[in-house]
Amino acid sequence: MDLRYTEAEESFRAELRAWLDEALPKLPPKPDRNDWPGRRAYDTTWQRMLFDAGYAGIHWPVEAGGKGATPTEHLIFLEETERAGAPYVGANFVGLLHAGPTINAAGSEEQRRKYLPGILSGEDVWCQGFSEPGAGSDLASLRCRAVRDGDEYVINGSKIWTSHAEVADYCEMLVRTDQDAPKHKGITWLIVPMDTPGITIRPLETVMGTSEFAEVFFDDVRVPVANRVGDENDGWRVTMVTLSFERGTAFVSEVVASQRLLHELAELAKKVTRKDATAWDDVALRRELGHLTAEFEALWALTKWNVSEAARAGMPGVGGSVFKLRFSETKQKLYELAHRLLDRAALVVEDVAGLPSGDLMDERLSSLSYTIAAGTSQIQRNIVGERILGLPKER
Amino acid sequence: MDFQLSDDQRDLATGVREFCEGRFDRDRMRNLVDHDRKPGMVDKKLWQELAETGFFSLRVAEDEGGVGLGTAEAALVYEEAGRALLPGPLVATHLAASLGGELGAGAASGELIVGVVEGDASPILVEHLDALDVLLILDEDGIRKVAPADVAGTAVKNPVDPFTPLHHVEALPEGELVADAETAARFRREGAVLTAAVQLGIAGKLTELATQYAKEREQFGRIIGSFQAVKHLCADMLVRTEIARAAVYSAAVTLDDPVVGDAAVAVPTAKLMADDAATRNGKDATQVHGGMGFTWEVDVHLYLKRAWVHATQYGDADDNEEALAATL
Repeated sequence: MDLRYTEAEESFRAELRAWLDEALPKLPPKPDRNDWPGRRAYDTTWQRMLFDAGYAGIHWPVEAGGKGATPTEHLIFLEETERAGAPYVGANFVGLLHAGPTINAAGSEEQRRKYLPGILSGEDVWCQGFSEPGAGSDLASLRCRAVRDGDEYVINGSKIWTSHAEVADYCEMLVRTDQDAPKHKGITWLIVPMDTPGITIRPLETVMGTSEFAEVFFDDVRVPVANRVGDENDGWRVTMVTLSFERGTAFVSEVVASQRLLHELAELAKKVTRKDATAWDDVALRRELGHLTAEFEALWALTKWNVSEAARAGMPGVGGSVFKLRFSETKQKLYELAHRLLDRAALVVEDVAGLPSGDLMDERLSSLSYTIAAGTSQIQRNIVGERILGLPKER
Repeated sequence: MDFQLSDDQRDLATGVREFCEGRFDRDRMRNLVDHDRKPGMVDKKLWQELAETGFFSLRVAEDEGGVGLGTAEAALVYEEAGRALLPGPLVATHLAASLGGELGAGAASGELIVGVVEGDASPILVEHLDALDVLLILDEDGIRKVAPADVAGTAVKNPVDPFTPLHHVEALPEGELVADAETAARFRREGAVLTAAVQLGIAGKLTELATQYAKEREQFGRIIGSFQAVKHLCADMLVRTEIARAAVYSAAVTLDDPVVGDAAVAVPTAKLMADDAATRNGKDATQVHGGMGFTWEVDVHLYLKRAWVHATQYGDADDNEEALAATL
């Protein structure tokens, strides 16, 4: 067990820090949360800066145009960019972390040439069409269908929870191409240009009152058969290939950000008063801050453990669900604590009386999704119970 | 960075597990508690075997007759001790072996069984007194040594853990100062990490016991582990164990190589996460076992009670949370 970074890893970190110092001041101002074209422009500008500096697709293989970084270098990259306050992957998420790696692993040479460069340079933004109103945790029960008509597929149905749909160029989509096959065997993975006729986008309003994602409707949407990745009816396997790219780094930025927030909340606790003492003088509250310090320190250690395991094995270990379960619930507790600290200022989703209740309550509301998105905590517990502990499935 | 067990570390953990299974299997563990209770609940023959295996001399330098390994390796060994529910003041004697001189040499070789007590505890409850050769008192000035015969205490009739007999002591004798305050602080840090490792072993074993039972027990015509309500309890136990594992190993590595982290955060984190995992897994393992979990016959309560003992040693949850808050 060695927690020391190698010389090569340290020089990677030093170079990255030097570049971040120079690059970040050149960024345009951050757009408003509801300004989707502005957000796309901001996120893709950052992606272009990474591309020009050779950091685009940090964890992608070199032959796909990436940097071919090791899992540990990827961890350092995410840690340092977050510490420096650099933009998050944002609108480039689906392209960089999902569609791109999938096309590289399961697509044709022509597809790789056509789609990968635009993802790396920030030219193209991708969205995801997997979930449906009737297919959430049970994704494989999806019903949006594609029927073959000569050299084209004709798509009919709807998708939901699609982030960046309004500003995306392409959609990675799972469609049903065989109605009669067992549910996992009749699915196909398609690339759908978002300007294809027949696509309607309806923003979904979240609990924050903002539209973080959309419903997307497909009415006789025609895409060439050449847009299929992998074989017809083999889309479930293609999707599983995507999951195999995870190297334990999925939550690095968020753990670093949570640790920073914890320090900010401690500062806030020392300022806000309760009767004649500060919140920090409240033993229960102070101990909760101490407890959360331990939680995030342990999650940071588990991140290094999982990344090291993936680096050794060349594939993800079983730790992803374990990590996600604890992290999502702990991060919710962090915002519950923020809420407690704000007291009645928590009733206002904007800064009030000199308190940062705007961002904190916005994030507090957003945090309700952590235990739902990307696999609910209940599904994660099934995965841990069945795949790690070997308990039988419920019949 | 390679935060995974090396081949040598894996071999060490496997070797210690095999030793424990061979010398202190379930039958011998149950025999000690149910039929053949020893004074102070220390089996001297087993103690000697533990000493020969290197439990106490593990971190003593090779040129001083020790094994010359680090805290990371010691954590792996003490995790196995927790898994096997090895009784006695193992961590205290291990720490005493680092003191050098006759006391250190005696602790390392297994000739001296050494206990530790916090001088400012209230009430003062000394563990395993009837088995001790030396009692060390940790306080602000350092470490003081007293002869167990000079400790005027009353044996507690009903200690919660049958493996951890206690004496209630009104006032500890002054004793002889054998180490400075810095060494006492080191004892607390290392004691916290190694006790956390014991708790990690207990947490992991409880997860195994519960999962095993959930795979065997049938009700309503089904294996109860197929019910999500039961499955999710087991999953939570595993999550707690793995979080504790990362925290404990990370703290142990940090004590060996201080530049990789901040011991002021890593050590209380390890103890807090491991105490939490062991005690809460004890409760959940009892629940998964249903009525049988409430019986003396099933081992779960023995692990839970031991976890409660360890949770008070070298810093409890109050201490650790306050220590961590102080780093913010």
